[in-house]
Amino acid sequence: MRLPLFLTTIHDWLYSMMPEIWAKIVEMVLIAVGYLAFFAVAGLFLVLLERWIAAWIQLRRGPNRVGPGGVFQTIADALKLVSKELTGTIKADMFLYNLAPYFPIVSALIVLSVLAFSSTIQAYDVNIGIFFIISVSSIGVIGILLGGWASNNKYSLIGAMRSGVQVVSYELSVGLSLLTMVLLTGSLQLSQIIEVQRTGGWLILQGHIPAIIAFMIYMIAGTAETNRTPFDLVEAESELGAGYHTEYSGMKFAYYFLAEFINMFLVAAIAVTIFFGGWLSPFGITDHIIWLQPVWFLAKVGGIILLMMWFRWTFPRLRIDQILTLEWKYLLPINLVNIVIMAIIILLGWTL
Amino acid sequence: MQQEYLVQDPFKTEEYMINMGPQHPATHGVLRLLLTIDGEIIKKVEPDLGYIHRSIEKMCEYDTYQQIVHLTDRMDYLSSHINNEAVCLTVEKALELEVPDRVKVIRTIVGELTRLASHQLWWGVFGMDIGALTTYFYAFRDREMINDIFEETCGARLTMNYNVPGGLMFDIHPNFVNRVKAFVKHFKTKLPEYDSLLTGNIIFQKRTKGIGLMTAADAINFGVTGPGLRGSGVAIDTRKTHPYSAYDKVNFNIPTFTDGDVYSRYKVRIAEMWESLSIIEQLIDNIPDGDFKVPTKAVIKLPKGEFYQRVETARGELGVYINSDGNKNPYRVKFRSPGFSNLSILDHLSRGYKIGDLVAIMASFDYVIPDIDR
Repeated sequence: MRLPLFLTTIHDWLYSMMPEIWAKIVEMVLIAVGYLAFFAVAGLFLVLLERWIAAWIQLRRGPNRVGPGGVFQTIADALKLVSKELTGTIKADMFLYNLAPYFPIVSALIVLSVLAFSSTIQAYDVNIGIFFIISVSSIGVIGILLGGWASNNKYSLIGAMRSGVQVVSYELSVGLSLLTMVLLTGSLQLSQIIEVQRTGGWLILQGHIPAIIAFMIYMIAGTAETNRTPFDLVEAESELGAGYHTEYSGMKFAYYFLAEFINMFLVAAIAVTIFFGGWLSPFGITDHIIWLQPVWFLAKVGGIILLMMWFRWTFPRLRIDQILTLEWKYLLPINLVNIVIMAIIILLGWTL
Repeated sequence: MQQEYLVQDPFKTEEYMINMGPQHPATHGVLRLLLTIDGEIIKKVEPDLGYIHRSIEKMCEYDTYQQIVHLTDRMDYLSSHINNEAVCLTVEKALELEVPDRVKVIRTIVGELTRLASHQLWWGVFGMDIGALTTYFYAFRDREMINDIFEETCGARLTMNYNVPGGLMFDIHPNFVNRVKAFVKHFKTKLPEYDSLLTGNIIFQKRTKGIGLMTAADAINFGVTGPGLRGSGVAIDTRKTHPYSAYDKVNFNIPTFTDGDVYSRYKVRIAEMWESLSIIEQLIDNIPDGDFKVPTKAVIKLPKGEFYQRVETARGELGVYINSDGNKNPYRVKFRSPGFSNLSILDHLSRGYKIGDLVAIMASFDYVIPDIDR
């Protein structure tokens, strides 16, 4: 793998300092720390962005007191959450109750490691990339189910059950819509998928009509996977109070909260990788400048996130039966037909 | 028998109860609903009142008639002016006191502004209840202008106390007419925005159409009044059927929709906002000159007897019953509040629907808990 110069220097220095096995372990730890740092910063920034955008849509000012323009607001909030007392319920299943918040955050972190931020920044380019992402990201819902169950609270339980039903249903659409695009690329590996787009143009253009349908289905299902409005009935404020995390406080609540935002980032990042050419620049104008690659990637991800935030602050919430109807009666059949159409288009060579 | 025991319905589920409230985001106050639910489906709703009972009716028996007016602010705080007006009208009726036209017109204008402010708040909260958080801020942007007008004229934004038996506490502020005109002009451009943000949304329509169906017969049997009744196709509005103040001088329609679901109750309120704007427009240019108050005695003593006056608040029909034994305090005061009757139908309407629908049904009646629980 080609690495930026300063990383290569560190790499060489480490290998010259200690035996290979130790050097490898130290490198792994360094990369893990780097990803964790990105994880935290991205989470905090997305919360801030969400609040700014909400304020902009809602004719308010939003955070504007802590730091210049309110940029330190979420850091202050995080500090507050860290220092808060961890309250819990008496009859809760304490083991599961304490364990549950780690599932969403760990699954999100593992998925993050597969993402290709640029041609060089990718922790683990696994050859079953898309499959890996779909399978690992579905672990997160266990945390929500466990948390809701272990809290010994009926509101939490209703929220958790809603979440279980919703995420299990929409996993199908996410998987199938990505599968539609995999037909085009012929590979599950993320670096390969991007390589295909470097030569043939972004997949959403290559696959034209079925690709656009797949993108729309992916966006709907992805929003549902992250439990955001219009699919936020997991924590439907006006119905269930706070839903599955009603009984959580302090850092445990913050884990759930952070995981939600990181999941949103992941959904957007996967959409960008599969449909919009990942770190590739439009028409390859700046592809040769390596340091611009992550910038392009993050800019595209930002665009998709903006779209999801726009949904959140303007749409009402669906009802549980409507959510299931949408998935099983509309999205899933459309998706299956769409895959067939895509296969026919590829066979006939009608791709762009 | 053994066989039957084993082959029981595999989909048999158990009902359970949850407490919705007294502190719950959807109840907008301290209403407690005991829900019996089977999964998500509502089997029974039992409202439990008493969390904000301040015994206003009993307190009235120890107050003079001028003082009673101030207590009624705290019932339906979003229609405070109309509540005050109801008491004043009852007292004036008992004293056979004819208030000047100026008072009637000003009362009507302020009353309609109150109705607008109440419906705006309802619209914002309705959106919030079904998950669209942004509506709240759009509604409050416009409601703020009305509150500013009230603040300038009578010094208070919510509990106004602008009415006194015999007229108004003071004359309107010199800016009043201009500001009301500016507001009407502003709101006429903003009201279509409400429709484009929420009413046209497909999710919103799916959430509200065909939910909480109330037939006209049900509505009448349960004593439902206001937009709830008119959403079931019964065109009854106290402002038309028993006109008070200046309502007999203005032209307005009673908006009715016949579906009887949450959506038609929503549409009724939106249409009522247009009607209120039209009433204000008709009156604001011709406020007659004259006194703003008829002098009354410092201690009002009503003649012996029973007096009743009904008015239309933003939520329905408010009735004020005063039983006087000729003293300075009433012998008994009873308020027929719209919210109480509208709450009584909640169980009937929401059985068989889901929790999300219950929230929408509650929002469509616009419950104000201190009005239900006086």
